[in-house]
Amino acid sequence: MKLQQLVLTAAALALSSLLTAPPALAQAKEQFFPVLVYRTGAYAPNGTQWANGYVDYLKLVNAKGGINGVRISFEECETAYATDRGVECYERLKGKGGGATVFQPLSTGVTFALTEKAPVDKIPLITAGYGRSESQNGAVFTWNFPLLGTYWVGADVAVQHIAKKEGGVGKLKGKKIALVYHDSPYGKEPIPILQELGKTHGFDVQLLPVAHPGVEQKATWLQIRQQKPDYVLLWGWGVMNSTALREAQATGYPRDRMIGVWWAGAEPDVKDVAEGAKGYSALTLQHGAEPGSKVVKDVLDLVHAKGQGTGPKDEVGQVLYMRGLISAMLGVEGVRKAQERYGKGKVMTGEQVRWGLENLNLDQKTLDAMGFAGVMRPVQTSCLDHMGSSWVRVHTWNGSKWEFTSDWYQADEKVIRPMVMLASGKYADEKKIKPRTPEECKK
Amino acid sequence: MLYRENGQFRTSYAADQQIFPIAQDRWAILAIVVFAFVGVPLLVDEYLFRAILIPFLILSLAAIGVNILVGYCGQITLGAGAFMAVGAYAAYNFHIRLDGLPLLVSFLLGGCTAAAVGIFFGIPSLRVRGLYLAVATLAAQFFTDWVFLRVPWFTNNASSGSVSVANLQILSWQIETPTDKYLLCLTILVVFALLAKNMTRCAIGRQWMAIRDMDVAAEVIGIRPLFAKLSAFAVSSFFVGTAGALWGFVHLASWEPAAFSVDRSFQLLFMVIIGGLGSIMGSFFGAAFIVILPIMLNQFLPAIGRVFGISISTAGVSHAELIIFGVLIIFFLIKEPHGIARMWSTGKEKLRLWPFPH
Repeated sequence: MKLQQLVLTAAALALSSLLTAPPALAQAKEQFFPVLVYRTGAYAPNGTQWANGYVDYLKLVNAKGGINGVRISFEECETAYATDRGVECYERLKGKGGGATVFQPLSTGVTFALTEKAPVDKIPLITAGYGRSESQNGAVFTWNFPLLGTYWVGADVAVQHIAKKEGGVGKLKGKKIALVYHDSPYGKEPIPILQELGKTHGFDVQLLPVAHPGVEQKATWLQIRQQKPDYVLLWGWGVMNSTALREAQATGYPRDRMIGVWWAGAEPDVKDVAEGAKGYSALTLQHGAEPGSKVVKDVLDLVHAKGQGTGPKDEVGQVLYMRGLISAMLGVEGVRKAQERYGKGKVMTGEQVRWGLENLNLDQKTLDAMGFAGVMRPVQTSCLDHMGSSWVRVHTWNGSKWEFTSDWYQADEKVIRPMVMLASGKYADEKKIKPRTPEECKK
Repeated sequence: MLYRENGQFRTSYAADQQIFPIAQDRWAILAIVVFAFVGVPLLVDEYLFRAILIPFLILSLAAIGVNILVGYCGQITLGAGAFMAVGAYAAYNFHIRLDGLPLLVSFLLGGCTAAAVGIFFGIPSLRVRGLYLAVATLAAQFFTDWVFLRVPWFTNNASSGSVSVANLQILSWQIETPTDKYLLCLTILVVFALLAKNMTRCAIGRQWMAIRDMDVAAEVIGIRPLFAKLSAFAVSSFFVGTAGALWGFVHLASWEPAAFSVDRSFQLLFMVIIGGLGSIMGSFFGAAFIVILPIMLNQFLPAIGRVFGISISTAGVSHAELIIFGVLIIFFLIKEPHGIARMWSTGKEKLRLWPFPH
């Protein structure tokens, strides 16, 4: 019977593939990096670039001889930006290759889920530019590293930028700022700080949620047309960003009064709108599109030139590609730092890498030497500060490419720190976590 | 040869009407349950527990709930994800707001809340039928999505709208390891499955089935549609709500409304359609098919590719997974429109005659 044959062949194939599958990548001296990506689904255009940058950097490190001789092995797992698939990927990869080094889920929803799991499995979680804002407090969130910036940093800088454009913080009084956000934990993160800042400076915050995936925004922009906010903050991801820009064009809302977060400021967001997005600004997580930087040249020479590049060559150096690349770099540098303490040329465990990430100290000289000159500023973490740096620039789309249009901003610690302490304290109470004391930090 | 009932004489009504009248069935099921409780925890690693077995058990429970409503009572629902969400959020609120409330009680109260909401959204079923009812239940989905996103009270004013739970404990049993979680889900599932099976065999289940087969005729012979339909909604939502609480508390530990989106409703409906409408066993088959198969495909495809010396990209695997999954669904529905459960019983019929089929 045909069906039987079919089933039998399939079973035989599955079995043989199991038997011949290479033994888990557990060769000695390999530092295993799990790579959670989304190359399919509604957010694929953005996720793919990030993933390409991430993987290319790992390949670059290997091409340069590994981390003090320790080669990197990695495996991708597709999450499609879904929390349950992300958790499955985490469980699948955490034990592979002698134990996962660090997870970077690139999804705030998955980050929330993994925040509960990481302390049990003792694997650090880097969420560069996303995740829980209060996880900056390393005393409570021992395993989370929202390196380079959180959404609270983003919201604070956005308000600073608006104040500067208006000619001073005093001019914010009576202004209306609308937040058009992705209706998920990601989009909701900036709300508390915006409301707090609104109270301090006397501006009005309007909240306009957009449902996943964000292609339906007619009603939102109708509201904007009616209420005429002075500025629109765009907290979108994927197709939601380009849709918002198109709607802004259709309703005639001036694009130069729209400011996106760093996840709403990359090529896929504006490319299709091109001229229509001219004048639209977005925050940057320090870096913008950096096709001229040395690290990008290295990637092209040492990885892409040998035919090992992960994505299209012309996307190397674009904004989200750089984000992925820098995220990978932070993970790798965490391992390098850990090796300084626990033995150079050895494979580090998740726990050791956590120490490395917590004592990360990338000064400008190191960064320049690695090829990040002009791309980013120094990062220094500590036990209490898992963010390490809160520098932000603003770049503007000129119709064909992103250009920096502002100086460096830094988030106002006086605003953010109390909120972080309050929120993380609440979390610690709920979860009955005892915050680490400075003595415990030294261990 | 081995599987036949010759010589098994049933001399009492009780023996004739038991769930598994054939001794081999009884022993096989008992062996499976014992193995699930004792053998599996000894054999299985953490990944299988966390990524496959626990979601499978929880979604089986939800599928049983949906099957009661769709398969036994014939009321198509697209609101299963909503009732899961209600169960999860209700259990969460009971858990954090009433200090010292036992965990199981929170789960059951979550289920009860879901049942109440289920009854409310079941009211349209008294007037509309079939696809129109499906659309009406879809309202439940959008309503709960909206409520849990917009009303901060339900999420304990969490700034991001995501809630989380930790330190699960039943009496002095700390539920921490995957094995603990698995055993908790398994125990609840076994109890609930037995309950569901018996419910469908007694008066209320017969009422549901009468309504499903022809509601006018059922009404003529004295079955109250109001009671039958709403009780099906209540029981179904109770099961689904409890499953939702388990999904949130035990599987995810931290969740947002997106975890119970309309996709989840579709997933559950597909489970019962593929598994077999009107069959408790079918719910398990359907859940296994929908939960396990995509993950298996996702892992085996690269391995199969390697056999032939092809390396498939991550995106390629994902696309292939969806394609093969879709093809399999169509294949099963053409080959056996009554679901995998019917295949199973046909298989058993054939086994009785084996090796001398006539």
